[in-house]
Amino acid sequence: MAVLLDRNTRLIVQGLTGREGTFHAKQAAAYGTTVVGGVTPGKGGTTHDGWPIFNSVHDAIRETGANVSVIFVPPPFAADAIMEATDAGVPLVVCITEGIPVVDMLRAFTFMEGKKTRLVGPNCPGVITAGQAKAGIIPGHICKEGRIGIVSKSGTLTYEAIHQLTRVGMGQTTCIGIGGDPLIGTSFIDALTLFGGDPDTDAVTMIGEIGGTAEQDAAAFIKREFRKPVVGFIAGQTAPPGRRMGHAGAIITGGQGTASEKMDALTKAGVHVVKSPADMGTKMREVLGK
Amino acid sequence: MGGFFGMLNRNPVQPFGVPHVLKIHEYQAKSILARFGVPVPRGEVTSNSLDAAAIAQRLGGSVVVVKAQIHAGGRGKGGGVKLAKSPDEAERLAKQMIGMTLITHQTGPEGRIVGRVLIEEGLQIERELYLSMLLDRAAGRPVIIASAAGGMDIEEVAATHPEKILREHVDPATGVIPFQARKLAFAMGLESGPAGKMVNVLDAIYKAFIETDASMIEINPLILTKGGDLLALDAKVTLDDNALYRHPDLRELRDLSEEDPLEVEASKFSLNYIRLDGNIGCMVNGAGLAMATMDIIKLAGGEPANFLDVGGGANAEQIKNAFRILMADKHVKAVLINIFGGILRCDVLAQGVIAAVKQLGVPVPIVIRMEGTNVEEGKRMLRESGLNFTTADSMGEAADKVVALASTTAARV
Repeated sequence: MAVLLDRNTRLIVQGLTGREGTFHAKQAAAYGTTVVGGVTPGKGGTTHDGWPIFNSVHDAIRETGANVSVIFVPPPFAADAIMEATDAGVPLVVCITEGIPVVDMLRAFTFMEGKKTRLVGPNCPGVITAGQAKAGIIPGHICKEGRIGIVSKSGTLTYEAIHQLTRVGMGQTTCIGIGGDPLIGTSFIDALTLFGGDPDTDAVTMIGEIGGTAEQDAAAFIKREFRKPVVGFIAGQTAPPGRRMGHAGAIITGGQGTASEKMDALTKAGVHVVKSPADMGTKMREVLGK
Repeated sequence: MGGFFGMLNRNPVQPFGVPHVLKIHEYQAKSILARFGVPVPRGEVTSNSLDAAAIAQRLGGSVVVVKAQIHAGGRGKGGGVKLAKSPDEAERLAKQMIGMTLITHQTGPEGRIVGRVLIEEGLQIERELYLSMLLDRAAGRPVIIASAAGGMDIEEVAATHPEKILREHVDPATGVIPFQARKLAFAMGLESGPAGKMVNVLDAIYKAFIETDASMIEINPLILTKGGDLLALDAKVTLDDNALYRHPDLRELRDLSEEDPLEVEASKFSLNYIRLDGNIGCMVNGAGLAMATMDIIKLAGGEPANFLDVGGGANAEQIKNAFRILMADKHVKAVLINIFGGILRCDVLAQGVIAAVKQLGVPVPIVIRMEGTNVEEGKRMLRESGLNFTTADSMGEAADKVVALASTTAARV
């Protein structure tokens, strides 16, 4: 079953005609994803590598019945692309674009309030359901079908986690890169909620980073209502003090966003926290007694 | 004038885990705020002490303030903010300050060289308040932080008297609504006159925040004068790097002399480099993996010399420049390359590393751990290059190897 993506996924690529968009549309199709077309304003009616291109997300949805959009649009236009997909009613939008101004995302968030679209990202590696479909840039060949869910703020560190799990023989259901930007659509808690309700996911690997308090919030959620085993890692344990984050966040939240704060909170919530990023895979095997 | 948001470390660089921001000087921050209607003291900036007397003369009054312009807080205690009772004294103070190395609790022991001073009119201060605006990530909205306890270290206030910290979220659909500003003003104990002025001040701050793509605006203190006016006596503004493409005028405000030269060099090649104190150079793709690599080096008993994220789509040229920058730090005694190839293919990385080593003659041991796309091809290229690389199959093994090599390598001179 997995979450977010599966064999019924019909994917459109906003920015398909760009270099990144083309490359990753092909990668997604090669992985078995049903890629049904692309959106590039001004190029509607043309085809690109065999895919129909539409002027708007609305057109693309109407013509292809797409249910997921992945965004590879340059930063100045990315928030607009998110809002367009939202307005077109796409249930899931995955935004890979890195470097979107915060003010643009504030606007997008205000627009999305009360609407049904779920956003993953921005500035994230995307989502992959092992053996079924992918939307984003996570390399398919490192994944293996199995029963572990992954949720991560990081990009390449997510690949590392997938690789380690695969290496110890533990495949994945879905891997969700939520991104590390100040404003993101899908949070740790949202992802955990999805995994909690997925009968095919037995346990979750959760990867956080210093900064913010999303990990502490997730810890409180896990303690309260998440009943599947979680293995956690927080990157940035050795980042020197004073470079961790502006102290701004500290005043708002009452915490500094340090790795140790986050690791403590997660440990107290029953998460199996590893200190070394090399232990993410073996720890999961140990926890599940395999 | 506590350094609420100041970095405690030696370099005024980006903290990990937050988006990049551009720091600017106080005088630049005030000029931006004034443009949006925030009242600021009259003043002029100069890098030439000979101008100081004339500026003081123009400002008039019995006293002026001479303020050293560096990207760090705590200037008052370090001798970077002084009162002058005459134009001659203003010139003398400016002469002392310009070119001096100012050490504050935020600059680190090596301090910062003062390039300019801001000379401002002296004001009759009735009360000192605190105001800032920044993004509250959890709420997904900008938040105003206000306190009647202005003019001091706000973190200290938050720690000891959390009840004195006021917060008010701003809905981007409406901006600051007048009642919100009045609410804060009355809570800070202002009378109705100044409370009315607070409405304008906060409206202006919010407009400046949105229109300049600020990451943070901090006014500490915002003063209430004896005449009942509100003015930004000190101001800090940081700007969202990602939005600078639409603000060419603000991009010009970057002061490279305030940044680490190697970090400036790295930024020219879109490399995210932060210099640290250890001796193991790191080259990694992705910020999270780069931090995790530093973590594992430390767990293995070593000290990273830097954080270096070459990004997801680095090419051979960037790899070469990354090497050059890594090796410019003479403390580096061994290098660990940890790449998880996704978009960045391992064969491209290997090609870049081999070219860099051949061209630059890297004089220290190099441990390479790579995984992912085209890894076998990459490994074969490294083997057949004839160069002396140490390879590792996992992060743990790579960290152990590089720490061992660093401890047996002689210091470079």
